[in-house]
Amino acid sequence: MTEMLSGAEMLVRALQDEGVEYLFGYPGGAALHIYDALFKQQRVEHILVRHEQAATHMADGYARATGKPGVVLVTSGPGATNAVTGLATAYMDSTPIVVISGQVPTNQIGTDAFQETDMIGVSRPVVKHSFLVKDCAEIPETVKKAFHIATTGRPGPVVIDVPKDTTDPDVTAPYLYPASVSMRSYKPAVKGNARQIRKAAAALVKARRPVIYTGGGVIQGDAWKVLTRIVRRLGFPVTNTLMGLGGVPGDDERFIGMLGMHGTYEANMAMHHADLIMAVGARFDDRVTNNPATFCPDATIIHIDVDPASISKIIAADIPIVGHVRSVLDGLERALDAEFARAPELPDEKAVAAWWNRIRKWRAAYGLDHDLSLDGNGIVLPQQVIQSLYRVTGGDAYVTSDVGQHQMFAAQYYRFPEGRRWINSGGLGTMGFGLPAAMGVQFAYPKATVACVTGEGSFMMNMQELSTCLQYGLPIKIVCVNNQALGMVKQWQDMQYGGRLSQSTYSDSLPDFKTLVEAFGHVGFRVETPGDLHEAMRETFSPALKDKLVFLDAWVDPDEHVYPMAIKGGSMRDMYLDKITTSQQGDYM
Amino acid sequence: MRRILAVLLENEAGALSRVIGLFAQRNYNIETLTVAPTEDATLSRVTIVTEGGDEKIEQITKHLHRLIEVVKVQDLSEADHVERELMFIKVRAEGAGRAEVKRTSDIFRGQIVDVTSDAYTVQLTGASDKLDAFVRALGKATVLEVVRSGVSGISRGDKVLSA
Repeated sequence: MTEMLSGAEMLVRALQDEGVEYLFGYPGGAALHIYDALFKQQRVEHILVRHEQAATHMADGYARATGKPGVVLVTSGPGATNAVTGLATAYMDSTPIVVISGQVPTNQIGTDAFQETDMIGVSRPVVKHSFLVKDCAEIPETVKKAFHIATTGRPGPVVIDVPKDTTDPDVTAPYLYPASVSMRSYKPAVKGNARQIRKAAAALVKARRPVIYTGGGVIQGDAWKVLTRIVRRLGFPVTNTLMGLGGVPGDDERFIGMLGMHGTYEANMAMHHADLIMAVGARFDDRVTNNPATFCPDATIIHIDVDPASISKIIAADIPIVGHVRSVLDGLERALDAEFARAPELPDEKAVAAWWNRIRKWRAAYGLDHDLSLDGNGIVLPQQVIQSLYRVTGGDAYVTSDVGQHQMFAAQYYRFPEGRRWINSGGLGTMGFGLPAAMGVQFAYPKATVACVTGEGSFMMNMQELSTCLQYGLPIKIVCVNNQALGMVKQWQDMQYGGRLSQSTYSDSLPDFKTLVEAFGHVGFRVETPGDLHEAMRETFSPALKDKLVFLDAWVDPDEHVYPMAIKGGSMRDMYLDKITTSQQGDYM
Repeated sequence: MRRILAVLLENEAGALSRVIGLFAQRNYNIETLTVAPTEDATLSRVTIVTEGGDEKIEQITKHLHRLIEVVKVQDLSEADHVERELMFIKVRAEGAGRAEVKRTSDIFRGQIVDVTSDAYTVQLTGASDKLDAFVRALGKATVLEVVRSGVSGISRGDKVLSA
């Protein structure tokens, strides 16, 4: 016999049936029936955050680290609007989260009732889809659809807006959780077109100056293993976007670093001079391409993506392949085998070796210095902080970041062994993302080392979550690259606004972070020299502090800039290389 | 280039707002928009007239397909099709001008659907440019009010847009 449940009970039961471990949320009037139903069960653990925005980033961090959807529960009105930044963050980076928002009772919708916001309307441009529950009987199927939509095709955030009357404990309906849903209007492509895949394989083996350019789709699609096999098999250079780091191991000899606005010299030069570019799960973002009109003039473009709307949106693809990245790459691997069997002399090893020589020269001339010394009494460089973190953790940490210079340094200097290890807000660029995202990761993997690389500006946007960390005993290690300024803003003002630092400095009013985190019940260190930095980094990650949240406040040179940096309006080869040198138009080699 | 897109949409609350929102969000223009349920009550059909070259229309089509409630999208202007728009136009009709308005309306096969002592309301159907031509042909007559339905269209021949 089917059980009769109230809407609130159905909602909670549906989350259980969906296998949800954690629900990140904050209670309020319109959600109280749901909170009461949560109280009466044990299977879904509710995590009480301190601000709803943080709840969405926690769910997002959890989703990015595991591939499973992250789930949020907030109340109506301000609870719902506070969740919008997190929805937009997840939307831009295509991560699967489900946000359940309480809503005022159906008969009050549209009356400007207390804590009423049109959540469906407010969130519409930043969700993959949204549902307004009209009757408690719809809840099981709505939840099933929400999870299905969030996690399939190009993943994305889904909102379920739940008016209070539909969760009334006195109104019940039969509960049956559907095993699957089928929607005539939503059937995402999985397999790529076999002919297109063969065409791509044939183009790849004939390339003389190839670059494989991969993005977040490889991570979201769990395709880094097959990608790495293909890269090694072909022996081609590979570059990752900010979202795609970990797509190949960061220390692989074929990896030429990140590309784009703050990408490596060699990656951007290789892109510009390539005769073939295979883009995998990447979307030719403006932070990658610079001016699309002068983008990679000689290259044939293969573009693999699950979202047809990403293909030929910015750069026209010569060989478009729509499909799930892993399925397409599996097919490509087989197609390459067939190519090699037919034409064993390919790829043209001489041409590719000559190509590698050029890339190595670029790297030798202006590549990143991965051998920074970590002793002495000078001023700390932000790059040294990341170097120290990388050496101390042996590359074996989940690293989340906030937004700004520290994010770029982390992307440049930490080398990720695989996908889902590097978690940052790439598309929306949400300051305040790092700490709550790290919390989501730590909930998913309680024993893992989780480091949050942040800046003092970003950190102060969500630092109230230090209280949540204490409540749940999350031993996150926060590495704060403290340059006493909004570093990336300051860099642009230094470079493009004659050094007029409009509203980007506040060094006289910074808190003493060590005391601050101690007040929240955690451990804090502050360092100002490279030698102290490395020592404190070791202590931060030492077994003695394994169970503690540790905040390492590393004071760094406020005048350091992130280089390379793309020259606005140029092509990919046009970069500032340091405060004096630019690579513009002219090829260095 | 003027294009006519036909969109089959789940007939659900909020679905139309997503379509319109998409056009606003992505900076696409809507010239006319019509919407009504189809013979299948679970489906609405939307006809949108917009401007754009092939690349832009391809992007609009792809983005429309990304909306969960969109079932099918067809660019009617890509092939032979029939399109019609309905217009009501209230025109001052006094003295000598009164007969002139009636004559012009007859030439365009308009129907006078309402009459007062000093005004006619004319109903006219046809392709959008015919309606434009009628307004121009009225010349000096004073137009008091115009309402147009926006374009509805259907492809010619056996081709059918269905779920």
